[in-house]
Amino acid sequence: MTQTISILVENSAGVLNRITGLFSRRAFNIESLAVGVTDDPTISRITIVVDSGNSVVEQVEKQLNKLVEVIKVRTIEVSSLIGRELMLVKINANAKTRQDILTICEIMGAKVCDISPASMTLELSATTEQLNTFETLLRPFSILEMARTGLIAVQKGGGKI
Amino acid sequence: MKIRPTKAILECLLEQDVDTIFGYPGGTILNLYDELYHYQDKVTHYLTAHEQGASHAADGYARSTGNVGVCFATSGPGATNLTTGIATAYMDSSPVVFITCNVGDNLLGKDSFQEVDIIGIAMPITKATYLVRDPQTIPDVMRQAFAVAATGRPGPVLIDFLKSATAPNIEIDYEYVHWTKNRQCSSIQSYSAHHEIKAPEPNKEDIDTLVQMIQEAERPLIMCGGGVVRGRAHTQFLTFAEKLDCPVAITIMGGGGFPGEHPLATGMIGMHGSEASNRAVAGCDLLIAVGCRFSDRVALNPTTFASQAKIVHIDIDRSEIDKNIITDHHIIGSAKKVLSMLNERLGQSDLLNWKTQILSHLSVAEETEPDRLTPKRVLQIIRETAPRDSIVATDVGQHQMWSIQHFNFSYPGQLLTSGGFGTMGFGLGAAIGAKVGNPDKVVIHTTGDGCFRMNCHEMCTSQHYNLPIITVIFNNGTLGMVRQWQNLIYDKRFSHTTLDRGPDFVKLAEAYGLKGIRVTTPEELQLAMVEALKGDCGCVLDVVIDTDEMVTPMVAAGSEITDFLLT
Repeated sequence: MTQTISILVENSAGVLNRITGLFSRRAFNIESLAVGVTDDPTISRITIVVDSGNSVVEQVEKQLNKLVEVIKVRTIEVSSLIGRELMLVKINANAKTRQDILTICEIMGAKVCDISPASMTLELSATTEQLNTFETLLRPFSILEMARTGLIAVQKGGGKI
Repeated sequence: MKIRPTKAILECLLEQDVDTIFGYPGGTILNLYDELYHYQDKVTHYLTAHEQGASHAADGYARSTGNVGVCFATSGPGATNLTTGIATAYMDSSPVVFITCNVGDNLLGKDSFQEVDIIGIAMPITKATYLVRDPQTIPDVMRQAFAVAATGRPGPVLIDFLKSATAPNIEIDYEYVHWTKNRQCSSIQSYSAHHEIKAPEPNKEDIDTLVQMIQEAERPLIMCGGGVVRGRAHTQFLTFAEKLDCPVAITIMGGGGFPGEHPLATGMIGMHGSEASNRAVAGCDLLIAVGCRFSDRVALNPTTFASQAKIVHIDIDRSEIDKNIITDHHIIGSAKKVLSMLNERLGQSDLLNWKTQILSHLSVAEETEPDRLTPKRVLQIIRETAPRDSIVATDVGQHQMWSIQHFNFSYPGQLLTSGGFGTMGFGLGAAIGAKVGNPDKVVIHTTGDGCFRMNCHEMCTSQHYNLPIITVIFNNGTLGMVRQWQNLIYDKRFSHTTLDRGPDFVKLAEAYGLKGIRVTTPEELQLAMVEALKGDCGCVLDVVIDTDEMVTPMVAAGSEITDFLLT
């Protein structure tokens, strides 16, 4: 089961290392990880998606809470989660295929960021599932390269972590 | 006030009431050692033979006194030599502040001479690490480091100063603030905003629930863990145990948390636990674990551990709850606070049947060969000749288990042992730290021939500073504990455990300026102890015991706790 953990930390050197160390010492893999500064420049938000059981995540959450640099930790429930991920994808595109690709982009709400005689680079910000669909649709056109940011997430409604 | 960075570091140590440092100088930490030269009347620095010895000494000092230990080392190999000591302190929650200096800012990250990323190395074995680049942050970092090391669940902290941040030509702002007035640091946001507030205040309802559970229980068992020792909650624990009037099992780290000779004590629990303790945990209907972490050496098989019981976990560290054992109820808070709250609520229990049933397993085996120097006999003689409040520092292995089984520890800090990390070579350093911190007490260091060889060079430290430590080597010419496993589980294939080699420990002790005495009979041991207890000089007793002595009882790793391989 995938779980999304949102962590507020001090924006200083080595913090990320300590946090990822708690995952690696239990030998489990981080599916995605996104770090960025918050509205307060001294605080960063880390969003981690892991694929593992409830009890393991609960344990890691407690360990995270112990770290001196960690300000807050919250596992965000799927039902109350607004999550977005950004994808940049470069695909083979020529005069013959370009229109089909544009149709897919239009349906998915993706933007074209760059175009050349033989390729197109597309940008899509959406949920992880939508990005997966987008990727599946683009596969027949041959993907040259692709980059995803990993999920960032906040809670629905007025609450905050 | 404007002062040099190194002066600020020393002043910050004085703020924390630090008067003792163990360490070893080197290139990058020269500025700090130069400052130390001016503080000789206020701070005593103990120069060890090796940084590892210094790390264990600071740890032993902390464990035996309850104060924060302080250890200095230089960059590179100096820093990496500390790591075993840091990990040892971390696993046993011992508060030590390790201070290293790294290369200067202009050399950092360039594979400079004696450069190593000690912050990166120490991350998983410390509560916190600090790299100090900006000298202005020194007072804040120092204060926070001590606060982190000493509060909550204690543990080691590492501060790595860049040499450039300790340069004598800079000046920083500094005002003296005694630690009692500044445990919180305003500039360090997360610690003051988050962790201090969370300094756990036991939840009243949780206490009520446990009181209820105690009243309903017919066969309760209490486990005394390291939290009772670290939190110096022995008085509250004693009252609690006597109110419940039920058996008390003691983990290795809990040694000294509850008097070993108390009529309710059932001795050690786990792999080499007593029959009484192990049978009690299997048969109890309520297990109250205070400051334990249910390690794999105690909860050998976590799925069947205390399977008939409701398990209640009292701990200061929330992350210990449901980590190794799923519990039925828990209370977060310091052992001292939780137990005093419980004691206020509890009446006197009467559980005579259960108590008698368990305590009957505490049979005293008759000595069959009084003339033979068995490990038990060795410890019996030491116990009878040495003062009752002697501090015992052990290394790791058979002698460690024997020492814990056959001494009765009665106060926190009396037993110094590497329970979690199992560090061979811990004992002598720890004994040095303990003797420095407790000059009026007799300090006995029990060790094996394998362990002693690892860090015996620290004899020069105890000799130089005139610390009359009594080292008792259980010399069986083998790595006894490993041999025991090979004997029982590996079909007597003694792969690389036979120590049929030097040195002659008596001559070695003499070479270091200590007394060395070889002992082969109980009478010789008695005489040797009398000689050693004169206390004019450190003493090494090379006690020759049989190669195939075993630690009993024994339950194999992962087995049912009552499934004794040896009894």
